[in-house]
Amino acid sequence: MDYRFRFGALAPYTDEILEGMLLTLQLSVLTILIGFTVGVVAAAMRTSSAKPLRWIASVYVETIRNTPLLVQLFIVFFGLPSLGLRLTAGEAALIGLSINLGAYTCEIVRAGIPSIPKSQLEAGYSLGLSRLQVFRHVVLFQALKAIYPSLSSQFVLLMLATSVVSAISANELFHVASFIDSRTFRSFEVYSVITLGYLVLTILFRVTFAAIYWFVFARRPAR
Amino acid sequence: MIREFGPDEIAYLVFAARWTILLTAASLVFGSIIGLALAILRIMPFRPANLLALAYVNLIQGTPLLGQLFVFFFGLSILGLDVGAWPAAVTAFSLYAGAFLAEIWRGSLQSVPKTQWEASASLALTYVQRLRYVIVPQALRISLPPTVGFVVQLVKNTSLAALIGFVELTRAGQIINAATYAPLKVYLTVAAIYFVICFSLSMASQRLERKLHVAR
Repeated sequence: MDYRFRFGALAPYTDEILEGMLLTLQLSVLTILIGFTVGVVAAAMRTSSAKPLRWIASVYVETIRNTPLLVQLFIVFFGLPSLGLRLTAGEAALIGLSINLGAYTCEIVRAGIPSIPKSQLEAGYSLGLSRLQVFRHVVLFQALKAIYPSLSSQFVLLMLATSVVSAISANELFHVASFIDSRTFRSFEVYSVITLGYLVLTILFRVTFAAIYWFVFARRPAR
Repeated sequence: MIREFGPDEIAYLVFAARWTILLTAASLVFGSIIGLALAILRIMPFRPANLLALAYVNLIQGTPLLGQLFVFFFGLSILGLDVGAWPAAVTAFSLYAGAFLAEIWRGSLQSVPKTQWEASASLALTYVQRLRYVIVPQALRISLPPTVGFVVQLVKNTSLAALIGFVELTRAGQIINAATYAPLKVYLTVAAIYFVICFSLSMASQRLERKLHVAR
């Protein structure tokens, strides 16, 4: 082995790497906001009493969960233009990732709804609360608390998955890696440093989610 | 000349899926060995071993698979090994599968009641015997549905090997797309093939879960 590692070759690109981390962070947060909304709506549809709604939501969830994200992105970015819908790489990435996250969120949210004992709903009604009040004061908080751990780890997985959108040349941290690679030809150094850059983001995400949990859920007494 | 996207192209894609399956199978075999070793390291009553396995799992689960794939693709050649995409992909996916399987199996091992450990210890079984005859057989049935569920993840994730140039289903789709220039048809076909593989596995996982749950 006569390879000499030169991590120093990356030093001039510190700004690009930091900017890439910021872009990944932005893309992740935007996707989480949109994907979570999509997921909640899909979960509402999947548990609704109208059969067509349930059916549409199931087809959506099963299709997305059983095909790779990369192929989904290819369909959105390369496939949709032939139907006349032309998107930039960034838009395609955001749409593809949000649709993907929505399907996973749907399943998590759906699992959280039955976690609340029926007797609590009955207790709420017997205290004269309206349906909305029961949902707001009894169901929502407890359901969120129950699904919070799986939801937050799904969000971390999503952040890591954003690296895949570099395949459709959307700009984020992994795209920065291929840019630096093409300038320096220090492939191993570039990709190992960038990969560890994601580890920093993962830790950042986990700490933030733990802090949110502590402030929102842990400090309040059990209800 | 642009080719039509016809039956020949569909057949090519279907046959390319065997590389997806082969890559999944190879990674699963090596990943299981790594995962089992890590799961045991995680639960054995020896703190440094627990921490070592935990660090490994966190490193793999805290970084993107795509990054791991590139690191091994370029890293193996530095070590002077053959630089094919296949060994790099198998290495990366095995190490990745190892970390996830380790967590699934650790959970299963720990969900076996503590009294089982105590009972087998009081029968004077050694640590290895306790694992082999009492704990693992019980943990196995608990772990089966989530393990099959993880295989679905693995099948989907092998699509990333296309990005280091390994010709499996997704890469075959890119090749056909370059020849036919019918991206929507090509990638929908690719997605459909993945769906058939993954959906049958998902169904199997759900059926196993119901079956094993009732039996308990």
